[in-house]
Amino acid sequence: MARGESRAVRWTQIAVALVFLALTLALPLALVFHEAVAKGLAAYWAAITEPDALSAARLTLLIAGIVVPVNLVFGVSAAWCISKFDFPGRNLLLTLIDLPFAVSPVISGMIFVLLFGAHGWLGPWLLEHDITIIFAVPGMVLATTFVTAPFIARELIPLMQEQGSEEEEAAIVLGATGWQTFRRVTLPNIKWGLLYGLILCNARAMGEFGAVSVVSGHIRGETNTLPLHVEILYNEYAFAASFAVASVLTLLALVTLALKTAVEWQQRRSVTHEAGIAPSLERIAA
Amino acid sequence: MPGTSRSVLPGFGLSLGITCTYLGLLVLLPLATVFTRSAELTWPGFWDVITNPRVVASYRVTFGTSLLAAAVNTVFGLLVAWVLVRYRFPGRRLIDAMVDLPFALPTAVAGIALTTLYAPNGWLGGALERFGVKVAYTWLGITVALVFIGLPFVVRTVQPVLDDLEVEVEEAAASLGAGRWQTFTRVVLPSVAPALLTGFALAFARAIGEYGSVVFISGNMPMKTEIVPLLIITKLEQFDYAGATAVAVVMLVASFGLLLSINLLQWAARRRAGV
Repeated sequence: MARGESRAVRWTQIAVALVFLALTLALPLALVFHEAVAKGLAAYWAAITEPDALSAARLTLLIAGIVVPVNLVFGVSAAWCISKFDFPGRNLLLTLIDLPFAVSPVISGMIFVLLFGAHGWLGPWLLEHDITIIFAVPGMVLATTFVTAPFIARELIPLMQEQGSEEEEAAIVLGATGWQTFRRVTLPNIKWGLLYGLILCNARAMGEFGAVSVVSGHIRGETNTLPLHVEILYNEYAFAASFAVASVLTLLALVTLALKTAVEWQQRRSVTHEAGIAPSLERIAA
Repeated sequence: MPGTSRSVLPGFGLSLGITCTYLGLLVLLPLATVFTRSAELTWPGFWDVITNPRVVASYRVTFGTSLLAAAVNTVFGLLVAWVLVRYRFPGRRLIDAMVDLPFALPTAVAGIALTTLYAPNGWLGGALERFGVKVAYTWLGITVALVFIGLPFVVRTVQPVLDDLEVEVEEAAASLGAGRWQTFTRVVLPSVAPALLTGFALAFARAIGEYGSVVFISGNMPMKTEIVPLLIITKLEQFDYAGATAVAVVMLVASFGLLLSINLLQWAARRRAGV
C-alpha cells in the first residue's frame, strides 16, 4: 500500500470512485428490479409467463444452443492452429478473428440481409427454392454467430500461447494420438479459460439486440427473442411488463458475472498450484 | 519456437482449415457484400449519400458523444482501476466483479433502465430537471449510455498494468522528494499511458457502433440526436440498400482504422514491456 498518502486523500479517491460506480452501475441495476415489481408480484409473474414471453425465452435458448457449440469448435480450432504452430499470415488471422468486435451490431445484421434478404445477392435463388433466412430464425442464428465468433478464440489464444506446446509434444513423443493429447493434456490445461469464454459467448448470444433486431422482422411468438420482447413491450408503454422480462435477462447477467468471478478465482488458484509438466504426464498414463 | 515443418503436433491442417473456412464464409464474405453493394453507386452518388446533411449530422452526434464518453471513461476508469488495485476496503471484490456488468447486461436492458432513470419523471432525471439539465432524449443521454457501455474497457485494460507497477518505484520517487501529484504525473501516468490510450480507443470503438443501449435514450431526432447505426437501420427499412451500405462503409473504415491502431498500440506496449 502506498505510504506517505494521507487518509483523507485515500478516502476521497475511494468515495469519488464509489459514487461514480453507484450512479453508472448500481442505480440502473436497482431500477430494473424496482420497475419490474412496480405493479405487484402477480403482474410480474404474468408478464414473464405469458405465451409470447415464453416463446421468446425458448427462441433465445435455441439460438444460444446452436451458436455457442458452433463457436466452441471454431474457437478451439483457431486457438490450436494459432498457438501451436507458426505459419505465414498468423498475425493476419489473429486480426481477422477480432474483426466482428469492431463491427457495429447493426452492420453485423445488415450484411446478412444483403446476402440472403429478398433484395440480397442470394435472395431470388432462395425465393425460388422457398427458403427463408431473413426475418426468420436462420438469419438470427447467423447474425448472432457472427457477433459472438471471437469470444472463445480470444480467451484461448493468449492462454495457449503462454502455455507453449512442450507438454503436447512430450505426449506425442510418448505415443499418444492427437485426440488423446488434446483431451488429456491440452483440455485440462485450458479448461478454466474455455469455460470463461463459453460463459461470455453465451451471455452475448442470449443478450444480443442490434444485430438480431435487423434480421428478425419482429414477429411475435415467432422471431422474438427476450431482448426484442423487452423492446416491443417498452414501445407499447407496457413498462412494468417490459422491466419484468428485462429483470430475467438481468438475473442472467448477474449469474454470468458470478460464474465469471468464480472461474477467475479457480484460474488464479490453478496457476499458483502449477507444478509443471509432471501432472500432465500422469494424466496420460492414467 | 514451433514451426510448421518442425512441429510434431498433429491437427494443423484440420484446425487451420476449419478456422479459415469459418472466417471466410461467416465473416469475410458477408462483410465483402457491404463494399460490393455500395459499389453499385457511382462515385458522385456515393459522395452525395455520405455527405448528405442528415448523415453528416449523425456522424457529428455519434463521433462527438463517443469521444466525450470515452474521455469520461478514461478519467473515471483510471480512478476506479487505481482504487481497486491500490486500496483495501469492504466490498472491494464485489465491486471489482460488478465492473463487468456492462459486458454481461443485454444492451436493450441497459437502454430502458438508463432512459427510465434519466427521464424527466425518473429518479435522477427529476432532480437534474430542477437544475435545468435535460439528459434523456438529448445528446447528453446518449453520452450517459455510452459511458455505461465503455467503462469496463478502460478499467480492465488499465488494471493489470497498475497491478504490475511496483509500489517501490513510487516510494523511491517520494523519498527523493517528489510530491504525491508529481509522483503520479511523472511515475504512474507514463507507465499506464499506453494501456490508458488502448482503453480509450476500445471504449471509443465500441461506442461508435453501439445501438441497443442508445436508441431508447436518444430520442432519435433527425439532425439532432440521430446516431449513425439508427440511420443505417432507417435506410434498410426503406429498402435503400445502396444508401445504407454507403454509410456502413464509412463506419467500417473508421472501425477498422481504430482496430488497427489498437493492435499497433498493444504491440508497442508489449515491446516496451519487453515481452
